[in-house]
Amino acid sequence: MMRNAILAACVAALTAVASTASFAAEAVKIPNQEWTFDGLFGTFDRGALQRGFQVYNNVCAACHSLRLVAYRNLQEIGFSEDQVKEIAAAKETTDGPNDAGEMFQRPARPSDKFVSPFPNDNAARAANNGAFPPDLSLMVKARKGGVDYLHALMTGYKEPPPGVTVPEGMSYNAYFPGHAIAMPPPLSEGGVEYADKTKATVDQMSRDVSTFLAWAAEPEMEARKRLGVKVLLFLLILTGMLYAVKRKVWKDVKH
Amino acid sequence: MSAPEFKNPVIRWIDYRLPVFSFMHHELNEYPTPRNLSYWWNFGSLAGIVLVVMIATGIVLAMHYTPHTAFAFESVERIMRDVNYGWLIRYLHMNGASAFFIVVFIHIFRGLYYGSYKSPRELLWIIGVVILLTMMATAFLGYVLPWGQMSFWGATVITNLFSAIPLIGEPIVTWLWGGFSVDNPTLNRFFSLHYLLPFVLVGVVIVHLMALHQHGSGNPVGIDTKGPQDSIPFHPYYTVKDMFGTGVFFLVYLWFVFYAPNFFGEPDNYIEANPLQTPPHIVPEWYFLPFYAILRAFTDDYPVYSWFLSWLMSAKLAGVIAMFGSILVLFFLPWLDRSPVRSARFRPLYRQFFWLLLIDCFVLGWVGANPAEGHFIWIGQVATTYYFAHFLVIVPLLGIFEKPRPLPTSIGEPVLKGGGGSTASAAARPMEKA
Repeated sequence: MMRNAILAACVAALTAVASTASFAAEAVKIPNQEWTFDGLFGTFDRGALQRGFQVYNNVCAACHSLRLVAYRNLQEIGFSEDQVKEIAAAKETTDGPNDAGEMFQRPARPSDKFVSPFPNDNAARAANNGAFPPDLSLMVKARKGGVDYLHALMTGYKEPPPGVTVPEGMSYNAYFPGHAIAMPPPLSEGGVEYADKTKATVDQMSRDVSTFLAWAAEPEMEARKRLGVKVLLFLLILTGMLYAVKRKVWKDVKH
Repeated sequence: MSAPEFKNPVIRWIDYRLPVFSFMHHELNEYPTPRNLSYWWNFGSLAGIVLVVMIATGIVLAMHYTPHTAFAFESVERIMRDVNYGWLIRYLHMNGASAFFIVVFIHIFRGLYYGSYKSPRELLWIIGVVILLTMMATAFLGYVLPWGQMSFWGATVITNLFSAIPLIGEPIVTWLWGGFSVDNPTLNRFFSLHYLLPFVLVGVVIVHLMALHQHGSGNPVGIDTKGPQDSIPFHPYYTVKDMFGTGVFFLVYLWFVFYAPNFFGEPDNYIEANPLQTPPHIVPEWYFLPFYAILRAFTDDYPVYSWFLSWLMSAKLAGVIAMFGSILVLFFLPWLDRSPVRSARFRPLYRQFFWLLLIDCFVLGWVGANPAEGHFIWIGQVATTYYFAHFLVIVPLLGIFEKPRPLPTSIGEPVLKGGGGSTASAAARPMEKA
């Protein structure tokens, strides 16, 4: 009993150390949201993913790249091959050199990575008042609070509290570290006309694009969780059997 | 240790020329192991298994990884996204590092509790400390490879520590970097060394096992085996017990791999390294946090420094020496601890101080995870002082002043007489009454 208690205390302390490690210096509490992809059996809602792509494509993509995701990956979230070809072809990308030794523009193909809105980081800064709009491919894994933080950020634009001044060209955001964010409020009521006729409230768009970016950051998540259940069930049975074997082998040993 | 008669003629033929089967028979079937080992003795073999998992997954990762500053981050993401089961292999490797340290830390604290470092196992212990140092170097090098923000800035902070060495510090850092900052040459050599060191580790582990098999495992009671009634053959008893323990370990380890693969990681490492942008809060991986806290405890107003060391060296150098010293002190532990009794079960005072040391290490880890400001500064300094006081003052004094409880006469006797129950209660109960 005592031993178990000590062991439990050690595990708890270790968990505390690990969690302070990842949440240190966290000033603002990020509200917990419910997502369909939470939990042991969670999956991405295909409708939310496709709407989220639409929000990314119509709104975020004006400034933010998604350079680790390829157009072909969109088939994994339910777009047909023809739809993906169409989505890719709407963007121009640089290819080459051709036989004449020159670089040329051509419509993107499904095998291309998402075309970035700016040719390089300096161009991105120059077009955005000196602020760099970060790549969104890994945003959900690269921020404390993950997808909850993303949703909080996009819906967290408020009037600054009395006494707080926000520098020219910046906005006040309740959840951004330091609160002064260079990104203007990205979502506005009805800013996107959803293909599936869902009402495009700010909250709805934020949830959809957060789901889409959660998928973009962890496209393997569904496969990972599916495999995890099988592996852990197998291990549970195997370990139980090993325990029985251990008991049997040790039956005659007093210890 | 006469060679067994093998029935199979092929085995007999081989064994006559190359006695691998005799060797295995001797080291597994004959190798006598104390009958009273608890589950705390599972962690040595577990560490060996994790090392194999790390090497296996690491070799596959190296097939897809590109050690170049321009491609490293993307090549890791390619593994995560496009390589078949690449995400599984990488998460196994990433979480395997944390699992390795958890297992090894438990293994070390088991050794501290049961006095596993005492005669005749001093060299076994020292080789173990060499393993720990090699592991830490390997883990540090490996963490740089994904070339995220923490990779880059962690590497910058840690390699810069060497600049504290007087006169030759700066040239050493330049030499380590292969340039004037952490850059492509650094990444290349770190990759090369990260691939090399695990195999060095395998070699040192083999020496560790040779030293182990000379006198066999210690045991929870801490007295020597005194005859066949005290021991049982390693196989099948401990092979099956280790296999069960391995099953439990994999349940926990794989739970993290499949359901919380980034639990032990820093979100910042999913941002590609940017030499122009310092993260607001640079922290090492969790297993280095206690050592990081010791490093940062040495400020100009830390009394241990300002009273004793400030005339000799800078606070930075003192911190670096203390950080390495916190592990080097373990090399001397067999001689710092003069108590003839191994197991803390029979050392009423040492047992209390053992738990205090464990708590102290958690406090150091907690301080290491937080910014060096406010209360964290003095808490870290108190915890650092206590850490060294434990090994350099408390343990030597306990060896002189502590009155241990009487030891049982043999491992087997109380068990076989008392029957039933665990050795622990059977062996210790009469003593506690006395």
